[in-house]
Amino acid sequence: MNALVILGWAITSAQVMLGLAMCCATFRLVAGPRAQDRILGLDTLYVNAMLMLVTFGIRTGSTLYFEASLVIGLLGFVSTVALAKFLMRGEVIE
Amino acid sequence: MNAAGTLPAWAALMTALLVLVGAAVTLIGSLGLLRLGNFYARVHAPTLGTTLGAGSILAGSALCFSVLEARPVVHEILIAVFVTLTTPVTLMLVVRAALYRDRTEGSPNIPAAWAVKDLISPKEE
Repeated sequence: MNALVILGWAITSAQVMLGLAMCCATFRLVAGPRAQDRILGLDTLYVNAMLMLVTFGIRTGSTLYFEASLVIGLLGFVSTVALAKFLMRGEVIE
Repeated sequence: MNAAGTLPAWAALMTALLVLVGAAVTLIGSLGLLRLGNFYARVHAPTLGTTLGAGSILAGSALCFSVLEARPVVHEILIAVFVTLTTPVTLMLVVRAALYRDRTEGSPNIPAAWAVKDLISPKEE
């Protein structure tokens, strides 16, 4: 069996697993009992989406997906910090 | 696999293993986020994805591109360092906010403020 075929199947199953992980995070985002659970779900969701984009980059062999995942990581960090600040203080910029 | 057609067999197998392990660990972390019963327990689970999951998938990506382009391609380290630095910061902020909310509501299942203060700076006697 060709090693590249194995790599293709591995990336496909990894993407399926990451999709399931994103579904778990989305369920926590939608159904989480309190606001902090929703923020945690959003945090997990963007990390999983970032890893999913990295696997897309391995599949296609282009580095464009890497830059997209870097942007997702940066914006996700900023958004989570802003949401946590809002939860703590009631406003984001004081 | 059209663009990565020139990848040698050992690099393809190692990349496949690294990506599979990373995705499985990330899935386990997200299942923990789904299944654990308490917010303070749930905070721990997604860190599986941000440490071993992200590290393994990014190592696989770095290996794949390094072998494809026949030179060290290490820009995945940028994401790895960034995720490693930001995850503790965000989780500490979220947990502090959650603890503040639970304390102001008088929830019985969290440590009180005086108990935590005693743990941080114990009294002399």
